[in-house]
Amino acid sequence: MSSLVIDKLECQRGYSQLFTNLCFQVNAQEVVRITGTNGSGKTSLLKILAGINTQEQGCVTFDQNVVKSDAYQQEVFYLGHQAALSAELSSLENLEFLSALNQPVAREVLIQALEDIGLKGYADEPCANLSAGQKRRVILASLFISKAKVWLLDEPFTALDPKGIKIVESRIAQHCANGGLCLFTTHQDSALPNQRMIAL
Amino acid sequence: MNIYFQTLSRDLRIALRNPSSVLNPLLFFIISVSLFPLAISPEATTLSQIAAGIIWVASMLAVLLSLNALFHHDFDNGVLEQMVTSHHPLALLILAKITAHWLLTGIPIILLSPLLGVFLFLDEQGIKVLMLTLLLATPSLSLIGSIGASLIVGIKNSGMLLSLLILPLYIPILIFASSAVSQAQFGLDINSQLYFLAMFLVLSLMSAPFVSALALKISLE
Repeated sequence: MSSLVIDKLECQRGYSQLFTNLCFQVNAQEVVRITGTNGSGKTSLLKILAGINTQEQGCVTFDQNVVKSDAYQQEVFYLGHQAALSAELSSLENLEFLSALNQPVAREVLIQALEDIGLKGYADEPCANLSAGQKRRVILASLFISKAKVWLLDEPFTALDPKGIKIVESRIAQHCANGGLCLFTTHQDSALPNQRMIAL
Repeated sequence: MNIYFQTLSRDLRIALRNPSSVLNPLLFFIISVSLFPLAISPEATTLSQIAAGIIWVASMLAVLLSLNALFHHDFDNGVLEQMVTSHHPLALLILAKITAHWLLTGIPIILLSPLLGVFLFLDEQGIKVLMLTLLLATPSLSLIGSIGASLIVGIKNSGMLLSLLILPLYIPILIFASSAVSQAQFGLDINSQLYFLAMFLVLSLMSAPFVSALALKISLE
């Protein structure tokens, strides 16, 4: 069974030490919610797991593949604070590029993914004209069609309406039922069942 | 390789839908060159002597002007984060962005240069060599420029810093390229200059994408 192993992780930002000797393991089918106050290092932890930031010490592996290796990065999808969209491109073009960064997907699948997330009729709309919640839905669509096993979601519910939050929650549950795993942070109440809490 | 062309076409599409970002450096190029005859002298002998230098300096500054935007938007909207977390080699994605940058600034500069050459009384041989040096060296300008652009990404008001970082690396190109044109005007052999420019191109093509990838990763942390 695949699992994400975090071993003796240490992270420092500027002069403050955010966490040291952080060890935990996330197995397939698990949902982990990372909790902590503002500035406690939730985003830093997710960025280390995503291979963007570098840890001071310790190591992160998924199925024996070390973070930042190609085999590791292929299994990881990171959803950051920003929507990762170019204002000049339409939502379909943005989605096409975002999914190509993981693996290329057929056009019909992309259009279907936009419809599933509630953006029917917005495929050719330039992203400059979308609302914050709609922009967020475009990158969520690329998350849902990616084949990555490890989902690292930083505040996935930001800017979404209650219906959108429901969609994301059900997709997370479905992803984990299919053998994936998910780490996320949020300051909102989440109704996800069986979520394990890890406090920083 | 597929992702290379996808990144390239994405960048070209963004630029075509926001043409002012492409046109600004080119307008600067044309305007700055056309001011010299007014300021110095409209005489053919004077102008043809300094034509190559003027066009080369102006194209270099135009490229420098356009470099700020190379990674800026992708950093702001978070696309760079997605590029770094992707399993594709970051250097390949950066090479695609550099190619797009060259197609949008280098190629128009090469195409405009004969017109401006005629404007400054450059003879036929001079114009040919000018275009040849631009063709050989503008890709190096984009490649080396990407290193500077990736180092300053995320820093506010970094225009001056970029010039300080990049201009010293541009100077060998400027010296060899403009001396090639002026020697060609006297009918001298210019092979050594062209070989140097070609060597510089190969060297920057081999190293710049990787150095930029490293610098971008540091900038993102």
